[in-house]
Amino acid sequence: MSDAQLPIEAPLRQARFQDTGLRWGSRLADVVIRSIVPVVLALVAGGILLLALGVNPLTFYSDVWKYGVSDGNWQQSAVTMVPLLLIAVGLIVVFRANLWNLGYNGQFALAAAFVAGFGPSLVQDVPLWFAFVLLFLLAAAVGAGWAFVPGFLKARYGTNEIITTLMMSFIGIDLADYLIKGQFQDPAIQTPQTEAIPLDKLLPPIPGTSIDVSLLVAFTAVLVVHYVLTRTAFGLRLHVLGANPKAARHVGIKLPQLTIAAFVISGALIGMAAAAYVLSPFWGYVRADQIPTYGDSIIPFVFLARLNALAVVPFVAFYAVLSTGGDFAASQANLPTDFLLVLVGLILLFMTIIEYLGRRRELGGSYVPAGLRQSLRSPLRKPAEAEAE
Amino acid sequence: MSQLFWTTVIAGGLLAGTPLMFTALGESISERAGVLNIGLEGMMLVGAYCGYLGAHYGHSIWVGYLTGILGGMSGALIMAVLCVRLGLDQIVVGIAITLAGEGITSVLYQNQFSSTQPRLGAAPSNPIPLLDQIPILGKPVNGQAPLFSQPLIVYLGLAFAAVLAWIFRSTNIGLNLRAAGEKPEALDAAGVSVVATRTFAVLSTGALAGLGGAYLSIVGAGGFQPFLTQGQGFMAIVIAMLARGRPLGVVVASFFFGITISLGTALQAAGVTDIPDNLIHALPFVAIILALILFARRSYLPPALALPYVRGAR
Amino acid sequence: MSPSPREGETVNDAPLVELVGISKAYPGVLANDDVTLSVRRGEVHCLLGENGAGKSTLIGILSGLVRPDSGRIRIDGRDVSIDSPRQALAHGIGTVYQHSTLIPELTVLENLMLGDTRSLRLDSAGAGKRLRELADQLAVEIDPHEKALDLALGRQQQVEIVKALWRGSRVLVLDEPTSMLTPQAFSELERVVVRLKEQGQGIIFITHKLHEALSLGDRISVLRQGRFVGELDKQQLESTSVDDLRSTIVRLMFGDEAPAAADAAELREDITQIEQEHDRRRAAVGETVLELDDVSVAGSGTEIGIEHVSLRLGLQEILGVAGVDGNGQQALAEVVAGQRHPTSGEIRFFDAPITRLSVHARQKLGLRYVTDDRLGEGTVPPLSVSLNLFLKRIGHRPFWKFGRLQKRLVDRKAGELVKEFDVRTPSISTRAGTLSGGNIQKVMLARELSFEPKVVIFNKPTYGLDLKTTTTVRNTIRELADGGGAALVISTDLDELIEICDRIAVISRGRLVGVVENGRGVAEEIGTLMVGAETMEAAA
Repeated sequence: MSDAQLPIEAPLRQARFQDTGLRWGSRLADVVIRSIVPVVLALVAGGILLLALGVNPLTFYSDVWKYGVSDGNWQQSAVTMVPLLLIAVGLIVVFRANLWNLGYNGQFALAAAFVAGFGPSLVQDVPLWFAFVLLFLLAAAVGAGWAFVPGFLKARYGTNEIITTLMMSFIGIDLADYLIKGQFQDPAIQTPQTEAIPLDKLLPPIPGTSIDVSLLVAFTAVLVVHYVLTRTAFGLRLHVLGANPKAARHVGIKLPQLTIAAFVISGALIGMAAAAYVLSPFWGYVRADQIPTYGDSIIPFVFLARLNALAVVPFVAFYAVLSTGGDFAASQANLPTDFLLVLVGLILLFMTIIEYLGRRRELGGSYVPAGLRQSLRSPLRKPAEAEAE
Repeated sequence: MSQLFWTTVIAGGLLAGTPLMFTALGESISERAGVLNIGLEGMMLVGAYCGYLGAHYGHSIWVGYLTGILGGMSGALIMAVLCVRLGLDQIVVGIAITLAGEGITSVLYQNQFSSTQPRLGAAPSNPIPLLDQIPILGKPVNGQAPLFSQPLIVYLGLAFAAVLAWIFRSTNIGLNLRAAGEKPEALDAAGVSVVATRTFAVLSTGALAGLGGAYLSIVGAGGFQPFLTQGQGFMAIVIAMLARGRPLGVVVASFFFGITISLGTALQAAGVTDIPDNLIHALPFVAIILALILFARRSYLPPALALPYVRGAR
Repeated sequence: MSPSPREGETVNDAPLVELVGISKAYPGVLANDDVTLSVRRGEVHCLLGENGAGKSTLIGILSGLVRPDSGRIRIDGRDVSIDSPRQALAHGIGTVYQHSTLIPELTVLENLMLGDTRSLRLDSAGAGKRLRELADQLAVEIDPHEKALDLALGRQQQVEIVKALWRGSRVLVLDEPTSMLTPQAFSELERVVVRLKEQGQGIIFITHKLHEALSLGDRISVLRQGRFVGELDKQQLESTSVDDLRSTIVRLMFGDEAPAAADAAELREDITQIEQEHDRRRAAVGETVLELDDVSVAGSGTEIGIEHVSLRLGLQEILGVAGVDGNGQQALAEVVAGQRHPTSGEIRFFDAPITRLSVHARQKLGLRYVTDDRLGEGTVPPLSVSLNLFLKRIGHRPFWKFGRLQKRLVDRKAGELVKEFDVRTPSISTRAGTLSGGNIQKVMLARELSFEPKVVIFNKPTYGLDLKTTTTVRNTIRELADGGGAALVISTDLDELIEICDRIAVISRGRLVGVVENGRGVAEEIGTLMVGAETMEAAA
């Protein structure tokens, strides 16, 4: 272990989100409560904030539903869902290993810039489907490459990845903006943005809907990631690393390689999210200083879903509706869209509180963090009781 | 490189470094006691907004500093309750505070001021007589205020850094903070409340981060803008780590990183105009990463950092 | 045997501290069940009980870290409540805990000044004075400016005693102070305890070792499974023969299991039987199966490494590694297991060099490692028992094919192993973290001793376990050796090493300072080696 490594590893091994071994029925109820209640509480708290700002929360939330779901708007939400879902699984991969890839904004921005920069010419020069594949691969490579740096620093020098990914994020966004204003700038216009890819050269819709095919890519990614994480040796290694790096070393897992692999895969998925975003029929270009920061909003849902790739889908869908409908509802109410960021922060806070209350209840009133709870119990077991087990 | 350039470099370093200094001094208190405040960015931002509000409505920068302190402490209060008292995960709560802080300040600001966007007047400076005539170090040039012509709060801040060093070294509270970060069980067994010690630390951090944010909006920007802090809260965390919690080191490192933040202005003063804005903006972050790679080995971190303390758990 | 009523006691004889009817329950276990304990002026009251008997909980209650569910605490005859360590200290109860409460990076003086909140400024001069006072009282020498982490273990303990006495105390509680001491250090501790006794201190001395209690105690109380089961007062101790005392106490401590327990090392003092055993075993030791040749490993963070260590383990041999915790044992175990690479030197396994081999490769060859950190390293508590059993085979055949987990095979084999190693668990899918300490140890043993183990490293294998499991583990080690394997046993418990090992190596500050043959007087020999090493280090 390098001396530069922060002992942040240690407390996270306390398995924040581990199940408690309750029986099936009550466990299901337990999971549902812990997932839904924080969201409900956040919506209520958000409603209070809305009142304080002079906005009717009921109107606001019903507008969210109206613009997010009704009248076929759910398809628009589904389109929004694609990059969100890909980022979510990208985060799940690293968070499983207790590695904090907080650089998602920079990885996304840079990949988006590259896709938007090379896209316009590529779709003209090369058969369309081939172009899409190439662009997705390019985006994955850019995202992976940008995530590689902090991953390498962590693996080799133990440099704290929270800080390095955050710093790389700012640098990545700056670099992306610079490229958009420079290399990738649309020569025909003044506003700092890339040349727009013509509509007929963007991702086609799934027949019968107005949702583009990248949704299928996203669902495939979810299934693949879930399978890898739960059924393969690689996934188990990530899980062990996330539970305790000491144990990982003990059982012979090669930490540096695994760390870098996790970061690279995460970056690749986030890059692909950027490709889906740029190539969707609603966009086709990116504008400097206005690249979306989806990752910030998705984080709490990743935790709420207990880092489970399948479980995160309904949560992301919920947020997609909230975001799509919320954008319109916010402009109706003269509110900046950053309001959603408040909701997201509140969800995280309520989630941690609910976790605490849940653990407290199980232990009959004495609070001990999950991992410590186990070691507290065992040395006090009476020998007779141990035999009776 | 002209006198203007050097004056601007130093002046810029001080202007941009002071918010870092306050925030990092605060964080060094928390880290000493074993608490890692990822939410520092949020605390600083809330402090910036509250400081702006106070200065605007109170027509006084000192009112602004006070409201900024209170703003920062409100974020710290959440840390204190959830992480120190209840033992919840410091990183998750920290992320939540940052996101919520970014969101709330943006929403409130745009709700109240988006149409008017009032600016605050230039902050008065308090030049030290005689010293302020020294070229580069003392004499203001072109509106740039170098070392001996700073606002009063900066001198107070430097004095505070010295006081903090003394507190760490020679007082009981300093020893308690150290123990809370090294081995909280020992502190508990010695009869001192670990929760009280860490709560004190976290609230102090919030106060200082709020002050740093307030300085940023009142003196640095003369106004507020969503996401004003642009990662400076995180930079302060790194500064505290690299300085190994030593206040003097914090002051020096803050000044240095302040220069990287303000280098754009200095270069313009020197007539160098062809370096793109975006890359200049990225410079401080690159500097942080380089500093981490080069110096992280030497940064000593308390063993109990980011670990919640629960009595009796083994 | 129950505590005799204290009728007609004079004030001078009134107990300094009394615990009456103390009960404390944790989820699933009754740690203390109506326990009564007292200590008088100038008396050493030994509290005996095996691991898990409830001694630590009782001490926690006395020192303010734990609140009892029911019962009373009396100081000088008055009822009090002790809600925090601060209150305990205020009542004059000073505790030296089993796990050090000294802060390694701070100096002795800083450690002692901790918690004294009468003034804002630190009063170094005043503290220095008090330290000299107390050091004289104990007749020991302590350097105030030395960092706690640089102190030798015996000196460290003295500092802890000073700290416990710092604010003036009437009762000193020593919680298992001897688990890591050499015989020489134990004598020094005895000396200090006697001095304190003469000065009127009341002392509660907790231990699980019978011979210490007999040597030190004016009164002995026995706890078993949370209950107070008997007391021997001064008169009984003086008038009964040692053998009778021993068998009485053993019966109290273990109840029905007494006959089997009587064989445990902690309870025996004579070693003639051990000697015969060892002679027989020594004769069976064969060719070298594991060899370390001038191996050095860098330290990491707070753990020190090892320097120029050479050692040999023979077939069917059990080699012990004795030493105070934190002297390089971790590095030694990890370099042999493959978790770390040496900076110099070679390791050979059955004459073949394995220095660069991975953990998995060594596992396959039959070189295994049972670590001391059961929940933090040896198992992954949130994973099931069955997955934990195959953690060192992730990705390899036959339990993983093309990276895919072969669940049915894993479950089947896991079921077999659980049966074979008598792991008490509701099912193989139960999370390993919910098992008791002894069963977690068995899971680790099952993992390391399955699939043809040849050479196994055991790191503190019986630490914190109850007697039954301890005996099982020690027998397992013997069986491994007798069956054609070999074992390297790292332990801080000298008694344990003396019981099972053929030879014992002594490690100090990362160096191997000697290897001794097990036999009569080996404890003193080892003690001398350890002290000698410390003296050389201090002189350097």
